[in-house]
Amino acid sequence: MNVLLILPMLIPLLTASLALLAWNHPRLQRGLSVFGAASLLGAAIALLTVVWSDGIQVTQGGNWPAPFGITIISDLFSAIMVGLTGIIGLSVVLYSLVSIDPARESFGFHPLIHVLLMGVCGAFLTGDIFNLYVWFEVLLIASFVLLALGGERAQMEGAIKYVTLNLLSSAIFLAAIGLLYGEAGTLNMADLAIRLGNSDRQGLTTALAMLFLVAFGIKAAIFPLFFWLPASYHTPPVVISTIFAALLTKVGVYSLIRVFTLMFTQDTALTHTLILVIAGFTMVTGVLGAIAQVEFRRLLSFLIVCEIGFLLMGLGIFTPLGLAGSVFFMIHAIISMSALFLLSGLTERICHTFNLKQMGGLYHSYPALAVLFLVPALGLAGLPPMAGFFAKVTLLQAAIEVESYTIVIVALVVSLLVLVAIARVWNEAFWKNPPDDIAGLVGRPGALQVSGARLIPLLLPVVTLASLTLIMGIAAEAILAIAMDAGEQLMNPSGYIQAVLGGQQ
Amino acid sequence: MVPETTPIVSLILRTATRYVFAVMLLLSIFLLLRGHNEPGGGFIGGLVAGIAFVLYAIAFDVESARTLLRIEPRVLVGSGLLMAAFAGIIALALGDPFLTGEWATIPIPLLGDTYLGTPFIFDVGVYLVVIGITLVIVLTLAEE
Repeated sequence: MNVLLILPMLIPLLTASLALLAWNHPRLQRGLSVFGAASLLGAAIALLTVVWSDGIQVTQGGNWPAPFGITIISDLFSAIMVGLTGIIGLSVVLYSLVSIDPARESFGFHPLIHVLLMGVCGAFLTGDIFNLYVWFEVLLIASFVLLALGGERAQMEGAIKYVTLNLLSSAIFLAAIGLLYGEAGTLNMADLAIRLGNSDRQGLTTALAMLFLVAFGIKAAIFPLFFWLPASYHTPPVVISTIFAALLTKVGVYSLIRVFTLMFTQDTALTHTLILVIAGFTMVTGVLGAIAQVEFRRLLSFLIVCEIGFLLMGLGIFTPLGLAGSVFFMIHAIISMSALFLLSGLTERICHTFNLKQMGGLYHSYPALAVLFLVPALGLAGLPPMAGFFAKVTLLQAAIEVESYTIVIVALVVSLLVLVAIARVWNEAFWKNPPDDIAGLVGRPGALQVSGARLIPLLLPVVTLASLTLIMGIAAEAILAIAMDAGEQLMNPSGYIQAVLGGQQ
Repeated sequence: MVPETTPIVSLILRTATRYVFAVMLLLSIFLLLRGHNEPGGGFIGGLVAGIAFVLYAIAFDVESARTLLRIEPRVLVGSGLLMAAFAGIIALALGDPFLTGEWATIPIPLLGDTYLGTPFIFDVGVYLVVIGITLVIVLTLAEE
């Protein structure tokens, strides 16, 4: 079984190394990249199947027993996250085949994407808090380079903000790990859970929890630490901002959920209430920011911040149903957000701009494209029958169960405002008549700048992701069942601890 | 091409580099092998080897250092990563967790029966990655 746990890290590592060796052979690199991403998706699905049927899977790196070695562990939540990484990885790699420019490709786009995927999968699968830090660094370094790759002026500006804040967050993260190690004397997360639970200095533990909240909070772009995200995500090419939008903040959210369900559950009245308040503020600021934007990708970036609020809401509620809602929302958010980002690339190809004011007439010329936009976008706003509706219903139901009516009202109002933001994009880009300067561009044949078979890698990922949001909405029952199981596992960490430490506790 | 500024040629540095270069490479391999059981290892060995090439590039020029290396530094990084991953895969193939140290006594000509393990393969991988990365960074910067 340990093979399946290692594959999500090993496959991207091998792909990246081979792509490095094929540096001067772009065609070979592309082939390797697609093959690697497809294998990753296969491995991720296999892992999810096994975890779903047989329960939590564990392997000890180098056969060093826990808590001394590095534990690699997958519960249902981790396996779902790895599965989503696989889906997004393959979509982005396919889309990049046509859309990434030769200059960026020749400077190592493909190896970097796979290093990024390796870091993301590693962060989802590790059971060791310091190892989590290492995986964060792996994915951050790859993301730094990807963000700055190409060296355009706007990119550099975005990259500086992104790098500075992420380095700050890493420093806090590392300091927190040092303090945690000094307090508990272990780095294994399952072992930490036991020791922190038995510690008689709860005040210190709560202080440490706050440090982790800030460190992961910056990476997850929660209120009030989100400013780097809308400042940087719209600057690199579409494929790169898509993979960032889909995965990077979610690694932060994953880490928050992991440490605040496993390790820091001593003073939930303080910590989780605070998380719930932050969740509310994150939603509101995100959506208000989105309404004010005229740049397509900046608008989407603010909507990411808004979604982070919903993801945290389940953690703040801290019941099995709440966490199930978070897991369900995570699946929906990753897939619909990446669909929209990839779609923004298509509209940019047609209109030669991301500025909504200068777009228009897309519904008239490309009704199919408009549908492709509407499906994930309405899902984002939480309309049935898309997956987003059921994810939000689950979250709201969980909030009503614990009688947190304030967050229910906030979430409902925010959902309405998301709809306003979506409607704005619809009006500007799709509905209104195109402005004079691009009137000739929209609707002319070959507007996507590619034709024939080369359209497939461009359109296939968008169509697949958009239909997935619909299919998941129709099959909400099954997804909810998985999410409920994942939520139960998160709320009852004894299974996780038992799996890591075996009988020795 | 940007016209090169006149390099400060030091005869002493050049002459010394010719001798020191070989010694440094030997030292790096010594450090690599020593790391098997004692302080040392692929990382420090790789750094020393990398510095040897950097010194050569300073004493002569980047072009001749590249010629001396013969292969692209990038290839070293890729093959080093593959080698390190391979060391882990051996353990997987034998049914143990990833990166478990697998040991065997291997008869090597001239050395006799040698006790060797997969951590050594991993270390050689690290050695190659470190040389490669050092040279990718330093030589690229030196060329700018």
